[in-house]
Amino acid sequence: MANEVIDQPENHPDIDTAVDCVFEPFILGIFCNWCTYTGCDQAGTSRMQRPANLRVMRVMCSGRVEPAMVLKALKSGADGILIGACHIGDCHYVSGNHKTVRRIPLISKFIKQFGIDPNRIWLRHISASEGVELTEIVHEYVNILKKIGPNSFKKKK
Amino acid sequence: MIELQKKIRIGVYICHCGLNIGGVVNIDHLIEFVKTLPFVSVARQYKFFCSEVGQNMIAADIEDNLVNRVVVAACSPRMHEPTFRQVLISAGLNPYYFVQANIREHATWVHMYDPNGATRIAKDHLRMQIGKAAELKALYPQKVKVLPSSLVIGAGISGINSAIELATQGYQVYLVERDLTIGGHMAQLDKTFPTMDCSACILTPKMVEISRNPKVKILSYSEVEKIDGYVGNFQVTIRQKAHYVDQEKCTGCGACVQYCPVSVGNEFDLGMTSRKAIYIPFPQAVPAKYTIDIKHCINCGICARSDVCEPDAIKIDDEDKIIEINVGTIIVTTGYDVINPRYLHNYGYGKYENVIDGLQMERLLNSTGPTLGKPVRPSDSKAPHSIAWIQCVGSRDNRAGRHSYCSRVCCLYAIKQARQYKEKHPEADIYIFYIDIRAFGKGYEEFYESAARDYRIKFIRGRVSELAEDPDDKSIIIRGEDTLLGQLLEIQVDMVVLSVGLECRHDAEQLSALLTIQCSADGFFLEAHPKLRPVDSLTEGIFIGGAAQGPKDIPDAVAQAKAAAASAASLMAQKEIEVEPYFSFVQNGLCSGCRSCIEQCPFGAITFNTSINKAEINSIKCKGCGTCVSTCPSNAIIQNHFSKPQLMAIIKAVLGEV
Ligand SMILES: Cc1cc2nc3c(=O)[nH]c(=O)nc-3n(C[C@H](O)[C@H](O)[C@H](O)COP(=O)(O)OP(=O)(O)OC[C@H]3O[C@@H](n4cnc5c(N)ncnc54)[C@H](O)[C@@H]3O)c2cc1C
Ligand code: FES
Repeated sequence: MANEVIDQPENHPDIDTAVDCVFEPFILGIFCNWCTYTGCDQAGTSRMQRPANLRVMRVMCSGRVEPAMVLKALKSGADGILIGACHIGDCHYVSGNHKTVRRIPLISKFIKQFGIDPNRIWLRHISASEGVELTEIVHEYVNILKKIGPNSFKKKK
Repeated sequence: MIELQKKIRIGVYICHCGLNIGGVVNIDHLIEFVKTLPFVSVARQYKFFCSEVGQNMIAADIEDNLVNRVVVAACSPRMHEPTFRQVLISAGLNPYYFVQANIREHATWVHMYDPNGATRIAKDHLRMQIGKAAELKALYPQKVKVLPSSLVIGAGISGINSAIELATQGYQVYLVERDLTIGGHMAQLDKTFPTMDCSACILTPKMVEISRNPKVKILSYSEVEKIDGYVGNFQVTIRQKAHYVDQEKCTGCGACVQYCPVSVGNEFDLGMTSRKAIYIPFPQAVPAKYTIDIKHCINCGICARSDVCEPDAIKIDDEDKIIEINVGTIIVTTGYDVINPRYLHNYGYGKYENVIDGLQMERLLNSTGPTLGKPVRPSDSKAPHSIAWIQCVGSRDNRAGRHSYCSRVCCLYAIKQARQYKEKHPEADIYIFYIDIRAFGKGYEEFYESAARDYRIKFIRGRVSELAEDPDDKSIIIRGEDTLLGQLLEIQVDMVVLSVGLECRHDAEQLSALLTIQCSADGFFLEAHPKLRPVDSLTEGIFIGGAAQGPKDIPDAVAQAKAAAASAASLMAQKEIEVEPYFSFVQNGLCSGCRSCIEQCPFGAITFNTSINKAEINSIKCKGCGTCVSTCPSNAIIQNHFSKPQLMAIIKAVLGEV
C-alpha cells in the first residue's frame, strides 16, 4: 500500500498540493470541560470561523484522557487528535493536566515507533477565554494534517 | 433494575435555535440521518426546544413511553444541560439519561459560510452523543452540607458591601484584606462622579459599620495562602502578616509616631507625602491600629519605651499568624490596579515632573491629601493656570503593553477632576483630550454636558501623540491632532494629568490558580456566563464581584458585589446542595492493589484498604476529574458519566468499528 510512505511528508515534497483539495482531515478534539471546552464555546459565541474538521468530545479534565482512547481513535482512522487542557496551574482539579503533559508525549513516542507521525496527537493548553488561540490552532493543525496525509488505518469507504 | 432491562429507545431533538442552527444546516436532512442510527426511536425538530412548548414535546414523549434516553442537539451543554435535565426529572426519568450534542457553538456558529462543513460536524456530533446515550447509566446526585459562612477576599467598596449583605442575613463572614486597612481605592478618592458626594463621607461610615458587625471578622494585612475542599466546605488557610505591634493592646493613640526617626514615602498618597516606619495608612483607617514597617525600621527601640507607648503594645518579635477557617462559599472582590504610565514612553511620565496620573490628581484634590485639597504642580508647588487631561492612557490601544478594552471610569473621573479644579480656579484653562467621551451611566451624560457648558472645559477630540517639556519653566507641550478640525495642534500647559485606565491585579493569575477559577483574556476574573451568570465563577461556590471582574465604577461594582452576596446566600440558605455525581469508584473485584492511583489524586480521596488490599475512593472528597481512571492498569476504576464504555462509544460511533 502506498499509504505507508504518506506518513513521512518529507518524502513527498509536493504532497500538500497533491492532497489539499480532496482530503479533509478528521480531527477528534478531546477537551476538558473547564478550559478548552469553554474556550471552544467562546470561539462559537464570538463567531470565529474555522475549517470544519474538528469534532469535540468533552471530558471533565484532560487527566481523564487515557492512552487507550487515543489509540482507539487512531486505529479507527482519526487523522489527528487534539487534546485540549487548561494551562499549567489553571487545572480545575489542581494538577490533572500535570499528568496529561507527562502521559501524552509518551503516547506520541509510542506511536512513532509504529511508523505513525507523532503529529497525529497534539496536546495544547487553551484557556476558557482563548477562542482566538483555539481557532488558530485548528487552522494550523488542519494544514499540518493535510501535509501528513490521511491516516493509513482509515477504512476504505 | 427494571430500567436496565427495558429496551433502549433514544429520542433525538434537533433545535433550530431560530436561525442560529436552522439558518445554516438543513435540519430535515439531519432528522432523516439520525433516524438511521441505532436505538433512535423518535427524531423531532422544533424552533426552540428550550422554550416551554419545546420542553413539553420532550416530556410528552417520555411520558408516552416512546423514549427513555434523550439527546438534544442544540447549543452548548454548558448553557442548557440543567434545563433539559429538569425536563427529564419532571417526566419521571433519571436526569442522567440525557446528553446534549453541541451543534451551535461548535458547528453552525463557527462554519457559518460553510453549510456542508457545518452539516458534517453536526452529523458527527449527533452520532457521538447518540452513541454515548446508549451507554448512559442512571445516576443520583450526592448531597453535601453547605456551611453558613463565607470568605470575602478583598475589602474595597465591593468586598465591604458583599460582607455587609451576608452578615445582615446572619451568615458568618471572614473579610480578608491584603492592606493594613479596608476601603480599597475608594478610600483614596476625593469626590465621586456624577453626584459629587465626598467619597470618604459615604465610605468611612460603611467601614466603621462593618468593623462593629459581630458577624464579620476582618482579617486585614492578610492573604489567602491555600484553599482545599469544595462548594459547601472550603478549608482556607490565611496568613496574617506580623504587625510588630500588638493589635489587641494598641489603642491607636499615635504617640509613637512623633518619636520614630525613619521617614519613607506614604503609599496611600502614592509617595507624594512621607510617613514614619511605625504608621497607620490614613487617619480613618479600619482597623485604626499601628504597624511597624519592618523593612524600614532601624530597630532603635524608641517606640517600645514605656514612656512612649503606654499600653506597651510594641512587639518587635511578632510573627506571622496562620489562621485556618472553614467556609461554605467564597466571594472574590480583589479590585483592580491602575495602569502604570511609566511604560508608555510617549507621555514622559516619571521623566517630566509635571506629568502626573489620575490617581495622583485624586490625592491632590483630596482635602486630606498631600496639598490639603489645593492641587499644585510638582515642579514649583504653585497652582497651575492650565491643565490638560489626556484620556485613554493605556486603554483602547492595541499596541503592545496596553489594553484594547475601555476602562469605563476614566472619562468621567477626568471630567470630575477638571470640574473640581475649575470650581477652585475659575480662571484656569482646562483641556480634555479624548477619543470619544463615554458617559453611559445614570446622570453621566448630563454631568459631561454641564462640564462643557457651565464649566467651560475645552474638549478636544484626538489622541495625543507626544508630550515634551519646556526646559525653561518645566511646563508641558502637547502635540497631537484635533480630529474635528482636521488640524495638527500644539498646546502648552502647566500640568498634564494622564487618565490612566484600570487593569487586572498584577497577581490575579496566582489567585485564580489558588482558587481554581479562570481569568478572561484581559486578565480579569472570568464569569461563568456574561449575561446569565455574571457573578458566578466557573467553580461552584465561588463568586466574583466588583472591579475584579472587569473595570467598573462604584455603582456597578457595588451592584455586582451585592449580587455576588445574594448568589452566595441563596446557596447557603439551602443548607444542603446536590453536586454532580461524576465521582469515580473502584470495582473491587478488578483492583489489583497496585496503588498507582493513590498518588494521582490531588484531593487525597483515594485510600488503601489494607485488610482487603484494594484501593477505595471517598465519593465526597472525589471531585470527579477522572485522572485516576486513566492511570489504573486494571481498568478497575469507573468515572460516572465519563466511563470507559461511554467514551469509547463516542469514538466508535463517529469513527466506526476497527
Ligand atoms: C482615579 C480614579 C478615580 C475614580 N473616581 C471614581 C468616581 O468618582 N466614581 C466612581 O463611581 N468610580 C470611580 N473610580 C472607580 C472606583 O475606584 C472603583 O469602581 C472602585 O474602587 C472598585 O472597588 P472594588 O472594591 O471593586 O476594588 P478596589 O477598590 O480595588 O478594592 C479591592 C481591595 O482588595 C484588596 N486586595 C487585592 N488583592 C487582594 C488579595 N489577593 N488578597 C486580599 N486582598 C486583596 C485590595 O487591597 C483592595 O482593598 C475611580 C477610579 C480611579 C482610578
Ligand atoms: S480541568 Fe482542564 S486540564 Fe484539568
